This record gives sequence, structure tokens and C-alpha cells, in this order.
Amino acid sequence: MSHAEIMTGNQAAAWGAKLSKVQVISAYPITPSTPITETISQWVERGEFKTEYIRVESEHSVMTVCVSASTVGARTFTATCSHGLLYMHEQLHWAAGSRLPIVMACVNRAVGAPWSIFNDQQDSIAQRDTGWIQIYCRDNQEILDSIIQAYRIAEQVYCPVMVCFDGFILSHTMMPVEIPDAEAVCRFLPPYQPHTILKPETPRNINPVIFPWQRRDAEGVLRDGYMDMRWKLQHALEGSRAAIVETGRAYAEAFGRDHGGMLWTYRTEDAEVLIAGMGSLATEATTAADILRDEGIRAGVVGVRVYRPFPREEIREAFKNAPAICVFEKNISYGYEGALSADIKAALYGAGIRTPIHNFIAGLGGRDVKARELAEAVRSSLSAIAAGTSERQTWLNCVTE
Amino acid sequence: MPEKLFKIHKEEYMLPGNRTCSGCGLALAYRYVLKALRENTILTLPASCLTVLHGLYPTTSVAIPCLNCTFASTAASASGLVAGLAAMNRSDITVVAIAGDGGTFDIGIQALSGAAERNTDFIFVCYDNEGYMNTGTQRSSATPAGALTTTTPFLTKQQNKKDMMKIMEGHDLPYLATTSPSFPIDLYEKFVKAKRIKGSRYLQIATPCPPGWVFPPKDTVKIGRLAVETGIVVLYEIEDGKFRFTGRSKTLAEKGNRVPVINFVEKQGRFKKMSMEQLGQLQRSVDQKWNEFLRRAEA
Repeated sequence: MSHAEIMTGNQAAAWGAKLSKVQVISAYPITPSTPITETISQWVERGEFKTEYIRVESEHSVMTVCVSASTVGARTFTATCSHGLLYMHEQLHWAAGSRLPIVMACVNRAVGAPWSIFNDQQDSIAQRDTGWIQIYCRDNQEILDSIIQAYRIAEQVYCPVMVCFDGFILSHTMMPVEIPDAEAVCRFLPPYQPHTILKPETPRNINPVIFPWQRRDAEGVLRDGYMDMRWKLQHALEGSRAAIVETGRAYAEAFGRDHGGMLWTYRTEDAEVLIAGMGSLATEATTAADILRDEGIRAGVVGVRVYRPFPREEIREAFKNAPAICVFEKNISYGYEGALSADIKAALYGAGIRTPIHNFIAGLGGRDVKARELAEAVRSSLSAIAAGTSERQTWLNCVTE
Repeated sequence: MPEKLFKIHKEEYMLPGNRTCSGCGLALAYRYVLKALRENTILTLPASCLTVLHGLYPTTSVAIPCLNCTFASTAASASGLVAGLAAMNRSDITVVAIAGDGGTFDIGIQALSGAAERNTDFIFVCYDNEGYMNTGTQRSSATPAGALTTTTPFLTKQQNKKDMMKIMEGHDLPYLATTSPSFPIDLYEKFVKAKRIKGSRYLQIATPCPPGWVFPPKDTVKIGRLAVETGIVVLYEIEDGKFRFTGRSKTLAEKGNRVPVINFVEKQGRFKKMSMEQLGQLQRSVDQKWNEFLRRAEA
């Protein structure tokens, strides 16, 4: 039987792992993701969650444990953020290159220097090109549901999934969350079927040195070179869109909650300006859209739920009729612009859409972003666009003199 | 000696046609390591000379399953294998991590220390060829003072070799041992014993490297033997904290007939710039350690 509890985002993530019957968990503490693995360790020590729980000495080892355990056939989970995620960077590449369906909760936090324990999304955006699927959650319910969905997606397409949510804003904020029935989750999420299991009965050498070109094996069969394997990873990521959308639909059917597939929209039908964002910032933008509509400005929100693979087609569809676009994001690709803004522009290029796009860098290192500030930013953008400024980058609430 | 030789497992797991350099000390040792470990084993290894030995995709020269891992992660990779196998109810399989001295003394030490502190049920093997040989002989913390490497090209390495066995002993391991490819029966017996023990086990193989140490490939066994005869390499094992000389080192300890380190040093091009002071320092440090071992053996 499902039941509701008041819980933090971190507890919701822990519940997602428990309901997914994860077999190996590897953990190393870092604020603000630590309560996820603390919650799990309580369940493990009380005998309420049967899993191999390895308390390693670094995040680099965390992801290594997930990679190796997954290679011998176990479903694996971990949680981290910020410097922990950066320290894993090498292993994130290795996990994706090995095509292992590892799922991780990433509790978005700023990166140093200088030190900040507060929220932005620079950590996961910096891992954009590792070959991981990235899902950004709006609320605690979506965190729990997305982790269960993530295993179903990952194990279909053999790609790892990062379920991202904003540090403190979601991780330490209590909300009512429906905990689905464990047996219903089992029906939704079949056991992990690895593409290859490393075992003594069938000795093989996994991930050895590979040449740039194709080579014949002992039976004379031509096997992939490095680049062919890497294309398969790209193909799998591109192809995962179908699995993500199908999984979202199937989850809605089974549990009655639909968080959107690749992206979600809010009051976009007749919008004269669309606000784009990810995670809790996009949630805040829905309040901003309400404020603007009350003032007679027809604003809507496009929330990007899946950042990799990027929802190219969905973005084109969502923005095709928009007269103006404001992209708010908690990251910056230094020397250019926000990563989401750049990607949205690139997606629209192929569709011939030339809508003015204003990029707002907001909330870095936990700086508060209020709905009325978003609304004000949109108003100023609309004036600038009316005056002919089609491109602009603004650091919201930031001293830029 | 010959009857013990006949006890060695006949099956070959390291197949002919691997890519090591001629006269590779690792290749000599590895054949016996695998014979001792046998089928019910999963290996994990970082980028190293051993990766080269294992071969290029899609063929391999080793008939034991193997998971390649990143340089810093060898022991953590073993932890993951142990955890994954436990979750899959396959705890009958021995997990063995093998890295070079760079992957053990240097970049791999954090993961190794972590896995050893957790008493992860695995064997960690360090084949110590005293430098980054796979990348072309750069200095590591296992390189002895006085050795030329491509990153200590004129002045030689100024610092002493790190005592990794002592560091690992500090982890209260159930079993530690040193081995040499020049003494294959001693090596084989230690790996057979290690496989039977539970918990974290650490074995170090002192592997002569002809290109890195600059000696003719035909002399690998001779150089390995001289390392033991001089006491630069001491063959021993520490089981549940109890130290014991083994093999040739046991005989040397009993008879007290070690030869001076110059016999080992003079045969290798890497020591051609070694100063008399460095040579004297090496002899003193070998003597001091030898005496420490003698005291431990008597205790």
C-alpha cells in the first residue's frame, strides 16, 4: 500500500533507492547530500534494507565501487554533489563508457574556489559531457519517482543516470511525498539484466586498451575500434529519449503521477514570453509567470527536466511560437554563457527560429532568487527586446560593476 | 626443489604471445601468480605494464576474467567486485587487484589504504619495478635513491624508496608477503597460501625490468636473485602479525652470508651515476633493515 509522509528531498532520494531494491550502495559524505546515505545506513543497520553498503574513503572510490559492482551484475546507487562529483569526474566517464546503468542522486551545490556549500547547478552541468543522462527535479515527490524511473531507463539503454535536485532548496526542505507500494514498484521495475557479467565461467578482459581502428578477434570477427564504441554511447544517449518518455508515461499509468518526459510546460499556450529553466528555479518561475499574468503579461514556463540527452525536438516545439525567451539558470560556462541558454539556441538554429533570447545567470552559490525578481527580470527583458536587443546576458542580483 | 616444482599447477593461464618486453620480470612472476590463483578468480588492474601484457581488444593473453580500472582506483575496484559478488551470492570467487608500484605506492595508495582498513576480502598485489615503466621509466616513490630515470635524468633520484610493506603492515592485515620472480616456488607457495586466507592480503613482487633498470633481458632472473642475495629484496611473510623469513632469505639469515649491494648495483645502467655516498647509504639502509628483520624473526 502506498502512503504519504512529510520528508526532505534527501529522504525522498533514499526512499527511491530503497524501493528500487538497490543491491550495492557506496557512500562518502558531502554536504548537502550526506543525509541520503545516512538515512540508508539507518535502514541497513536496522535490517530494513538488505543491500551491500560500502563506506569508502573518497568519492573517486564511490564511483569505482559502483562500476565494479555493476560489472558483476549488481544494481548500484550513490549520492553526492559539488566537489564530490568533480572528484568522481574520471569515474563518471568510465561508468558511461562501460555502459553501466548506475543511478546517482546529485544534490546540486556550488563548486569552489572559494568554498560554498550552497546551491547552484555548476557541479552537474560541469559533468554534461560524461555520457550520463541528467534529470532535474522540481520537488521531493519527483525526486523519489525519478530515481525509480532512472533505473528503468538506465537498464533499458545501458547508460548511467544522474537524478539532480537543488541543495537545501529541495534536499533539506520538508514536503508531503507519496511513497509508492513496494510491490507495485517491483512490477514497474524488473530486475537488472546486465549486458555482460564478469564471471569465472566466461573469462573476458573488460575495458582493455583499444586501437583507433577495428580489429579481428580470435574467431576472425571484426570488432569495434574506440570510435565505433563511442558512437554507440552517443547513439544510446540519443535513443534514450524514447525510453525516458515511455518510462514517464508508464509511471503515470502505474502510480498516477506524471512529471513530464523530457520537459514540462506551464501556461505556455498563448504566451508572449517563455521562461526556461531547470529544477527548483523553473518551479519558482511558475510563480513569476502567475505574477506577470496578473499584470497582463502573458508569460509561460518551459521546465527542462532532462538536460542530457537534450530535448532538441521538444524545445523546438515548445518555443516555436514564442515572441521572446528568457533563460534563467544556475550555472555559467565561463567565457560564454549559461549552458542551457547556449543549448536552447543551438536547438532552435536547426528549426530556423530566430526568437530573441535573453540569458540570466541566477542564484550562484545559493544567492536567493525570488519569483518577483524573476518577474521583474522578464519585464526588463521585454522592454529591451521591444527596443531591439535580441541577445543579452544578465547576472541577476549581482554586482557587475 | 624438483619435487616442489612438480607440485605447481600444470594449467597455463598466461598464454603465449603477450606484449611484454623481452626479459620482463613481471611476465615471469605473473605466470606463477595465476597458476596459484587458478580459475575461481576475478582480476582488476589499472593502466600499467600488466594492461599491455593482457593484450589489446578484442584479444587477450590471459584466461582469467579481468576488469580494467582507472589508475587511482584499483583497490576500490576490488571493493566493488567483492560487494557486487556478495550481492550476487558469488562470495566463492577470489578478487585480486594487481597494480605496479606507481599504482600502489603513489596514485593508488588512498584507495588501497581504504580497502585495507575495511579489511575488504581481497588480495592486493603490487608488482614493484621501481618506476613508471609503462610510460617509459619515470621516477616513482618506489624508485631507489641513486637511480636514473627520465624525470631524474642527470642527478639521479635523491630520495629513498618508500617502505610500502611497513605502511601496509600498519593496516593490521592478516597476511603480507614479499616475492621475487627469481624464486618462483616461494612466490607460488605464498599466493596459494594467500588465496586460502580471508580479509585483505598484500603481496609485493620485486620485478626486475630490463629496459627501465638498463640490463640485458637475459639477466632478469640473475638480477632478481642478486636483489635477494644482497638483501635489497628480503623474502618474508607476515601472518597475523608474525614475521617469518622464507626461501633464500631464510637461508641467508641462518648463514649470514649476504653479499654487498654493489654486486646488484653494478650490473644496472640506471645506477651508473650513483655516488659513493648514495651507495654507502644504500648499504647502510639494507643492513639496518636486515637487522630489524633478524630481531623480528628471533622474537
